[in-house]
Amino acid sequence: MEKKPNPNVRMWQGNVACAEGAIAAGCRFFAGYPITPSSEIAEVLALRFPVVGGHFIQMEDEIAAMGAVIGGSLGGAKTMTATSGPGFSLKQENIGFAAMAEVPCVIVNVQRGGPSTGLPTHAAQSDVMQARWGTHGDHPIIVLSPSSVRETYDLTVRAFNLAEKYRMPVILLSDEIIGHLTEKIEIPDPSTIEIIDRKKPIDTPENYLPYKMDDSDIPAMANFGEGYRYHVTGLAHDETGFPTNDPEKIRAQMLRLNRKIQRFRDDIVEVETFNTDDMDVLVISFGSTARSVKRAVINAREKGVKAGLLRLKTIWPFPDKEIEALYKPVRKIVVAEMNLGQIAHEVEWATRREKPVVRVNKIDGEPITPIEIYEAIIS
Amino acid sequence: MDYLYYLREEKMPHIWCDGCGHGIILKSILRVIDKLGWEKDDIAMVSGIGCSSRTPGYVDFNTLHTTHGRAIAFATGLKIVKPNLHIIIVSGDGDATAIGGNHFIHAARRNTDLTVIIYNNYIYGMTGGQASPTTPIGKKASTAPYGNPDAPFDISRLAQAAGAAYVARSTVYHVGKTDRYIEQAFLKRGFSVVEIMTPCPTSYGRRNKEGNGVDMIMFQKKNSVGIERAQKMSEEELQGKIITGVFVDKEQNNYLQRYKEVIDKAKQINQ
Ligand SMILES: Cc1ncc(C[n+]2csc(CCOP(=O)(O)OP(=O)(O)O)c2C)c(N)n1
Ligand code: SF4
Ligand SMILES: [Mg+2]
Repeated sequence: MEKKPNPNVRMWQGNVACAEGAIAAGCRFFAGYPITPSSEIAEVLALRFPVVGGHFIQMEDEIAAMGAVIGGSLGGAKTMTATSGPGFSLKQENIGFAAMAEVPCVIVNVQRGGPSTGLPTHAAQSDVMQARWGTHGDHPIIVLSPSSVRETYDLTVRAFNLAEKYRMPVILLSDEIIGHLTEKIEIPDPSTIEIIDRKKPIDTPENYLPYKMDDSDIPAMANFGEGYRYHVTGLAHDETGFPTNDPEKIRAQMLRLNRKIQRFRDDIVEVETFNTDDMDVLVISFGSTARSVKRAVINAREKGVKAGLLRLKTIWPFPDKEIEALYKPVRKIVVAEMNLGQIAHEVEWATRREKPVVRVNKIDGEPITPIEIYEAIIS
Repeated sequence: MDYLYYLREEKMPHIWCDGCGHGIILKSILRVIDKLGWEKDDIAMVSGIGCSSRTPGYVDFNTLHTTHGRAIAFATGLKIVKPNLHIIIVSGDGDATAIGGNHFIHAARRNTDLTVIIYNNYIYGMTGGQASPTTPIGKKASTAPYGNPDAPFDISRLAQAAGAAYVARSTVYHVGKTDRYIEQAFLKRGFSVVEIMTPCPTSYGRRNKEGNGVDMIMFQKKNSVGIERAQKMSEEELQGKIITGVFVDKEQNNYLQRYKEVIDKAKQINQ
């Protein structure tokens, strides 16, 4: 009997899955500037958007792309931009604007080696801290990291949902390996995908406060041009959206802005555990490197060493509670990442250095191999 | 007309100094909006950072005060998503042609349906009088204490060369012309630029001994030359003169009209 082909099976690259995930999430506006290894996201959307009622625009630089994405979101669209290291640096000032003015949007960073032009065609995971603190000032940010093509699709959808739900920029921190990896995946049926849209004002335009302080901590957002005439600025502002120098009002707004992350961190943070129930050695990783870790954990188990993996799908806010729940019984912690210890540092902080933290780092563009992690586990 | 209908009166007093020309430009903008009968809900005013860029805070439209130099980029995204909005960008000489110069020329090239009103006061007013891309050679600025060594941009010529569909220059003295140019710019379905020369007595006039706001406006009156007359004058005769008039007024498909063609083609190929 002939088998019917599954209509939901795709052979996709991570970057294609990101573009398609964005479409599935309801994104209809993309502004970008080409940069390896992210360009496929722009290219797929340039091809697909005109057909699905979206709009693709190639801007003159990454600063412009980030600005256009914010402007589009204020108009009511779900918007995205994608880039890599140098372009991510250029976007930072406007990412801060999105955080301050609470404009939902998604920024994809397919990481490559840095600093500067670095390694355009090779992977790195060295923008972890930049993703958190790249723009100036105390600001909220959410950062997600996929480890597979399918997960790139899922986390892109999730990035939009979180951006809309919490009115803030969300960063999808992929890397060159995941972005350019091709896998056979089954995509979910569109009707099963949860889609979250920003909260719309129920108040009349006369009573609308774009930065209202209420129990929700997340003010309703009116689209420009729909009868709610209000002011949006990157200056410190009060509930009305207008600039203020009143310390009390500034404090209230700034604390609410940052509270969005603290209060809802359990909804935002996602991790995956593998073989962690009876482990002696906890390995923490994320993104492409977590794939090597999984293999190393299996190999170690075969040799009788009880290793387990904690994979961070959310990087910021940092999954400190999830680490807390796992690390007490273990002998040591291994952190594998393609940078010089950006996550390891956070892990040491979260575990108060109660356990030795062994770092497996690489910054030469080569992936960390399972053998390298295995050796760190058994040593 | 009733200016207050368009103003956020509760936001007064404004931040502008005595003798600043920025408020004169704002009144021109409001007069034209009133004449055209545009609804407040259908207007978005977008700015960058600077004294000029504070204008949106005072008007009762959809208003967006972005980052320094980036107003056009934000407005580009907004226009695409909300094509029926009338988008007015207000920007300073520094905002539009230094930090924002790239966005300015590319929006002109793309012919996005936006109007940019540039308040050119030859200086970074807000930050205390540092040299801008339009500060003339030899003029003093806080960062050019011995006289500015850099040659200035001619903003209108720059916009023209970059492909804008409408470009005009006026001064705050020539209010009638300013109103007319702004109206033509608003009605243009493409990238339109109105450059308006405006005095900054505080950060430019004082340092260059050009007197108060009124003196500086009278200087504009004396030294402005219409573009037709300027064409018959020599380089030397034009030294120190402000050339006013319409530099460009042409019809060409704007960005969204061309993207519509992209959509049609894509649908044809993919059906
Ligand atoms: C990225 C960035 N760099 C510098 C500044 C500081 N800054 C604020 S306004 C301004 C100049 C504004 O000059 P202009 O656009 O001519 O406006 P004016 O005040 O003269 O109306 C500068 C340099 C800033 N806000 N942001
Ligand atoms: S500093 Fe200059 S530009 Fe700024 S408000 Fe005063 S006069 Fe106007
Ligand atoms: Mg200026």
